[in-house]
Amino acid sequence: MIEFRGVTKRFDDGTIAVNGLDLVVEAGTITVFVGPSGCGKTTSLRMVNRMIDPTEGTVLVDGKDVLTVDPPKLRLGIGYVIQQAGLFPHRTVLDNVATVPLLSGWSKAKARSRAAELLELVGLPAELGKRYPVQLSGGQQQRVGVARALAADPPVLLMDEPFSAVDPVVREGLQDELLRLQAELDKTIVFVTHDIDEAVRIGEKVAVFREGGILAQYAPPAELLVRPADDFVASFVGKDRGYRSLSFVDASGVEVLPAETVRAPAASGGWQLLVDAERRPQGWSGPDGTVVPGGSLYEQGGAIRGALDAALSSPSGLGVVVDTDGRFAGVVEAHQVLDVIESHRG
Amino acid sequence: MGDIAKYLGDAGTRSALLTMLLDHIYLSLVPLVISVVLAVVLGLACHRFRWVNTVLVSVSNVLYTIPSLALFVIIPAVIGTSVLAPVNVVIALTLYTTTLLVRPVAEALAAVPDHVRAAATAMGFRPWRRFLTVELPLAVPVLAAGVRVGSVSNISLVSVGALIGTGGLGVLFTDGFRQRYLAPIIVGIVLTMVLALVVDLILVVLRNALTPWTKAGRS
Repeated sequence: MIEFRGVTKRFDDGTIAVNGLDLVVEAGTITVFVGPSGCGKTTSLRMVNRMIDPTEGTVLVDGKDVLTVDPPKLRLGIGYVIQQAGLFPHRTVLDNVATVPLLSGWSKAKARSRAAELLELVGLPAELGKRYPVQLSGGQQQRVGVARALAADPPVLLMDEPFSAVDPVVREGLQDELLRLQAELDKTIVFVTHDIDEAVRIGEKVAVFREGGILAQYAPPAELLVRPADDFVASFVGKDRGYRSLSFVDASGVEVLPAETVRAPAASGGWQLLVDAERRPQGWSGPDGTVVPGGSLYEQGGAIRGALDAALSSPSGLGVVVDTDGRFAGVVEAHQVLDVIESHRG
Repeated sequence: MGDIAKYLGDAGTRSALLTMLLDHIYLSLVPLVISVVLAVVLGLACHRFRWVNTVLVSVSNVLYTIPSLALFVIIPAVIGTSVLAPVNVVIALTLYTTTLLVRPVAEALAAVPDHVRAAATAMGFRPWRRFLTVELPLAVPVLAAGVRVGSVSNISLVSVGALIGTGGLGVLFTDGFRQRYLAPIIVGIVLTMVLALVVDLILVVLRNALTPWTKAGRS
């Protein structure tokens, strides 16, 4: 658990980076600090491992005031992932990952074998270990950065805009990977980002900061979208928040209907779903038999946002539902989905 | 050519040449090694404290304008050594080479990316360990380039020391001019060049061994 108690940081030039922050980060959760630049989110993060010390107030990690711990010792127990990864250009990937175990006094052989385990854990092939960081893609470098931060198995992980320098597709992959890792490792993670979508996607709780280092709202992401505390949060959360909040609504009430499927397109006067031998959707056969690409697929068990999007994006108006293996399971209609959403408001 | 063969044919000459060559190596490389250490320390100071940088830049500019011969003569007057002591040459060349190396070292340290430095700090490196194992290794390519220039410059400047009688291959030039005899001059030039090339080669090999990561980016 990490606790901020009345924490203020005033820099020498008089700017107040963090103003009276009171906040508790629960153990074993991902908590996201989000806000525009200059809102004090990174400063707050860096006060946890004493890269910055507070002017007033106390930061506690597992009940212990961090100011009472020697910074290098404190940091050995707190993983840190930085924007652009911060890998050491002169060390191989494996030695980069082995850094903290070596600093903690492990033998070289033990540190390296631990590093190899971690490369595997973050989904990198072992042969990458011999390369130098410059030979890796941005996404791979970030994975190495995460592996390096986890190497000594610290209970706390601080992540400072770790994925903001990679392209959106890679970023989404890295976010999924982080969520998968967290399900396995159960760390206390503080994640800083300026991207509200990222915050809502990976955070179990999200702290929205505003200029002047003031905490504007601290809530689970669904609540942030549905009940923003004030106009600042509402505008920061941005457009489409009503639609985006559907990511947190359960879709179990939506009835999945059967529909006709065909293996080859044919002019039948109506829409028919094309499937392959494995019953995986391949598109739609239009009324005159022309093939039209399908809309998004909704995987059973997902949030209702996916069901609505499948219905709205389908050329036939029928959202295609698939099972976890990607096989056709039925269709949903937009009005049904909306009825379920309405009933949830109730 | 006959002259040179005759000159080198004498065993006494050959052993004298070996002594001069060893003197030359000693007089040029000892200052180089001392300068590397000094330049790293001063470069770090420049990088950490802005005022050190300002002071060193002005001092080094002034130092460089003093001709080497003058410096060889001034040093004994300042530190009280005998005019002919080889230590004068060592000190003078150490001054030149350090001046040459400080600025690039400071710049190389400043060029270490912030995210790399911050990551090292956040992982629990103490400042000295961070300097020795992260920042300094990253400055090696720049340092090596400076050392190569410094080694060539020292090897040629040591010859000037012969004018005040401190030994080294420069003695071949002073003797040759005095006796109007070309052979020692040519032998001196060839030996100086070979020495400079061999030292440079060793430095390149050393740099490549220390910085395998710089080649990785190009493959």
